[in-house]
Amino acid sequence: MAIEVKIPTILRTYTAGEKAVSAEGKTLSALIDDLEANHSGIKERLIDNGDLRRFVNVYINDEDVRFIGGLDAELKDGDQVVVLPAVAGGC
Amino acid sequence: MLTIDQATYDAIVAHAKRDHPDEACGIVAGPEGSDRPERFIEMINAAGSPTFYEFDSTDLLQLYKEMDANDEEPVIVYHSHTATEAYPSRTDIGLAMEPNAHYVLVSTREHGNDAGPVEFRSYRIVDGNVTEEEISIVPTLS
Repeated sequence: MAIEVKIPTILRTYTAGEKAVSAEGKTLSALIDDLEANHSGIKERLIDNGDLRRFVNVYINDEDVRFIGGLDAELKDGDQVVVLPAVAGGC
Repeated sequence: MLTIDQATYDAIVAHAKRDHPDEACGIVAGPEGSDRPERFIEMINAAGSPTFYEFDSTDLLQLYKEMDANDEEPVIVYHSHTATEAYPSRTDIGLAMEPNAHYVLVSTREHGNDAGPVEFRSYRIVDGNVTEEEISIVPTLS
């Protein structure tokens, strides 16, 4: 079971510069653990206190995971996952 | 140094003035690695706030897919401050996630929606370190 995960520029230090990597997992949570196993340190950039970081967006097949179960969102073979940091700020 | 053409500069300023007193935000994309801000893309501030900005998550995905398909990257990430100086706030610095981008800050605190000069400044923000840079405004990018 292989799922393509697109990695944003800021996190490519964990993937040796790769823009996309392959990972496995039946849920987003499992997928992130699998990513961590191969790209140590990346999990901490995505998860804080057991939940997705507020300013990190993750999409499964173009759906924001916040609307489809968050870390429990289900994955299947061939799905595409995109990670994008929010573009945000404030005075 | 940030080199920007007059039309793009004017478009950023116009957007900031129009959205005042809310913060305006957007991107100028360019070919990957070129450092050329070529394609001005106005974004909606999903926060609709005078003190915060955030791209809508669906718009964000659309934008990055488009840039990916065009082999582009965000060369400029801009937003406005409407009551404070054109300097990155602690929040701006903490959330700056594009190490290759020029972060442009426009302050509309002086003239708001009206004509008149704005503060227009550019920064690199990498690992929490802010470096201001010179801006060269050219008639067209050479």
